[in-house]
Amino acid sequence: MLALFYIFIAVAIGVSFWQITRILNLREVIATDKDNDTQGKIFLVFGAALYALMIYCLIAMNVIMLPEAASIEGEHDDLLFNITFWLIGIVQFIMQFVLFFFTFKYRGKKGNKALFYADSHTLELIWTITPAVVLVGLIGYGMWQWNNMTDFSEDGAVIIEVYSKQFQWEARYAGEDNTLGLGNVNYIKGINTMGVDMSDLNSQDDKKVTEIHLPKGRKVVFKFRSQDVLHSAYMPHFRAQMNCVPGMVTEFAFTPKYTTEEMRVQEEVVAKTDGINKIRKANGEDEMYVFDYVLLCNKICGASHYNMQMKIVVEEEEAYNKWIAEQPTLASIIK
Amino acid sequence: MSEHHHKETFVTKYIFSQDHKMISKQFLVTGIFMGIIGVLMSMLFRLQIAWPEKSFTIVEAFLGSHQTDGIMDPDMYLALVTIHGTIMVFFVLTAGLSGTFSNLLIPLQIGARDMASGFLNMISYWLFFVSSVIMLVSLFVEAGPASAGWTIYPPLSALPQAIPGSGMGMTLWLVSMAIFVASSLIGSLNYIVTIINLRTKGMKMTRLPLTMWAFFITAIIGVVSFPVLLSAVLLLIFDRSFGTSFYLSDIFISGEVLHYQGGSPVLFEHLFWFLGHPEVYIVLLPALGLTSEIISTNSRKPIFGYRAMIGSIMAIAFLSTIVWGHHMFISGMNPFLGSVFTFTTLLIAIPSAVKAFNYITTLWKGNLQLNPAMLFSIGLVSTFVTGGLTGLVLGDSALDINIHDTYFVVAHFHLVMGVSAILGMFAGVYHWFPKMYGKMMNKTLGYWHFWVTIIAAYGVFFPMHFVGLAGLPRRYYTNTNFPMFDDLANINVFMTVFALIGGLGQLIFLANFFISIYRGKTATQNPWKANTLDWTTPVEHIHGNWPGKIPEVHRWAYDYSKVDENGEYVHGEDFVLQTTPLKDGETPS
Repeated sequence: MLALFYIFIAVAIGVSFWQITRILNLREVIATDKDNDTQGKIFLVFGAALYALMIYCLIAMNVIMLPEAASIEGEHDDLLFNITFWLIGIVQFIMQFVLFFFTFKYRGKKGNKALFYADSHTLELIWTITPAVVLVGLIGYGMWQWNNMTDFSEDGAVIIEVYSKQFQWEARYAGEDNTLGLGNVNYIKGINTMGVDMSDLNSQDDKKVTEIHLPKGRKVVFKFRSQDVLHSAYMPHFRAQMNCVPGMVTEFAFTPKYTTEEMRVQEEVVAKTDGINKIRKANGEDEMYVFDYVLLCNKICGASHYNMQMKIVVEEEEAYNKWIAEQPTLASIIK
Repeated sequence: MSEHHHKETFVTKYIFSQDHKMISKQFLVTGIFMGIIGVLMSMLFRLQIAWPEKSFTIVEAFLGSHQTDGIMDPDMYLALVTIHGTIMVFFVLTAGLSGTFSNLLIPLQIGARDMASGFLNMISYWLFFVSSVIMLVSLFVEAGPASAGWTIYPPLSALPQAIPGSGMGMTLWLVSMAIFVASSLIGSLNYIVTIINLRTKGMKMTRLPLTMWAFFITAIIGVVSFPVLLSAVLLLIFDRSFGTSFYLSDIFISGEVLHYQGGSPVLFEHLFWFLGHPEVYIVLLPALGLTSEIISTNSRKPIFGYRAMIGSIMAIAFLSTIVWGHHMFISGMNPFLGSVFTFTTLLIAIPSAVKAFNYITTLWKGNLQLNPAMLFSIGLVSTFVTGGLTGLVLGDSALDINIHDTYFVVAHFHLVMGVSAILGMFAGVYHWFPKMYGKMMNKTLGYWHFWVTIIAAYGVFFPMHFVGLAGLPRRYYTNTNFPMFDDLANINVFMTVFALIGGLGQLIFLANFFISIYRGKTATQNPWKANTLDWTTPVEHIHGNWPGKIPEVHRWAYDYSKVDENGEYVHGEDFVLQTTPLKDGETPS
């Protein structure tokens, strides 16, 4: 494949040089009727090709896209996205068609007269007001959903601190009292890698974990901290993302809707997983991919930015309770 | 300035020239040189994305100690991405585009002998030159150039412990940008003063060609926002070198707690994007201005909705200064601000839509002369629409959350500001080459250049949207550590192939450009039969632009195909120079 590609490039360069020297001997510099005709037609063909590319992408790439939102707040995100995408898709198809069609239809010819048409307030009003009205709808729905997803109230919620550093995630659960103890980089020492203030009573029952478990159907409020540079906690399946900023605590919240197991048998996920495993097999990979929720870093943070991840497991309430009970408290490990 | 016979030496003519036409050529050639470097970098890192950690001789040849056996280091990957962005946004599309065409066209199209201050104009170029040299020198620093992304968010950009590029490389980056800002400010002030004060008799503001309006407003946004970048850069220099804590607080790195207390990186983000977003329009508006002129001329029709076009340029300019927060929905700023910025951001869609519709209506029932410049202009409208529409997704805070910093963003801004602006710049070069060099560029090569470029642009950036929707973050050295992205491998190869074709395709342009300077057909005075004043100057450049008196203007710039009641052209041809007085009984348009 690669060798072929090199040969292709070499041939292309050779041909271009030969063509360029040949073309440079042509002295015509301004488009003639023949050029207008040819270029107009090429535009039409290009328009068709662009349509083909767009339709192909829209259909064939469906399978690689993220599956439906796995959080309750994400439902409206998906709906708003679909509405917006349909809308811009339709506008895109119409505008590109009109643009290329006009270029073809009105390609110049000697003797043709262009229409002197400098202004039309009616038309301008139409295409100022139409987008304005549509936008009011989009903005309205968008703002409503934004309010909805930035509700970080903590009643009955699971509270988790996600802690970032080059190039690793750590997490801490708030424990029995459901209140996180204070933290600061000055407390980082030995096993206390998250810099938790152990003199704070709230810290004693906090639990440090290596993977995040979430109970299905209960709201989770995340508190993000960073120890060194900016990171961004990106949980694409839940439509959730927030920067981790040194010196401050940022927040995000969502309610998981499907357990990891439920997600694994979901239609879109199965299709995507099959596709991935077909590729992995072809590449001679032994280990097959199974779906898991994942937390990625999505803000450039240094050399290993591309390898900063943590597994997230969503499970039923009982399983979650069992798991969290097994985790040791900070007081028991940090003396 | 009107005396154009003082003695010129080689140095005053070609190097320390104060003539706006020469300075514009200096900007263009420097911009092209920087562009070559920027594009080569993108081709290198696209290789790594498509064939991760595969050995390439070309990587080995270019990257020296920043590669092992032809595989680039992750640090170097980030450095390439960073410098590619910096060079393309600032050095090519700001200085290369605005610097070239504002300098060339402002005096010529408003009827002035030169810029208000030829001396400051010269200083502006040489500051740009110095900043380019410093940026290029930073590539050869031992620890590598700046690599914190072109947005250089601290703390990453402030701490050499966090990434090697934040040492000497970052220092040079900051110095280079500070000088760049100075260059840009001096240039912009000069453009504003010139347009306000030096218009010839009869050249009312409402008779200015749209190019002038675009450059004028662009210069104003530049003056408003560039100083804020300078302050952001200066504060960062303070934090890095003098121990202040504007942006830094509570940091533990390489096993020790740093002394910084009380600063916030979010402050930097605000300052940076207060320039960063208007910058998009500083890049784009001149390109739109150039194409307005080119589309009208080559359609042989007046631009549709001249006043609406001016209105939308102003609206875009105003709104562009109050939308910066849409880059920061997930920065941790108050969610309420997110709503405000969503609102202002989506409003920009309205003037942008007006512009796109007006371009298309200008084509309607025209007599399109499909010269290379016209092809590039139509290409610009196409990519501007494609890229602009996805802005509705990204500008909506609720949707941005999930695609922020993914390849969807990369696809969006490359189409709407990168590709569009560069197509506009090419259009300008093909159209005004006769004004710059007195020669014509080759038409057939122009066609080939256009088709290769536009096909490559769509081939790279259209599928990229879907890679983003699959959740792939940008600036990943490789995605092989996440099996969930394994199915993107083929698309990445597809995009890289088109990127390489597009990059190599620019050789056609380079050949055409440089050979035409020497061997091109000699230009006539008004090859495209355009109306504006620039086409009334002699082909051979003279100091002061016009021999004898500066022409007087009697009409707007868009009297193309103006007919009387019998359907005959009012002035016998399908164009009427702005200097042509109104005929008896002719109504001004």
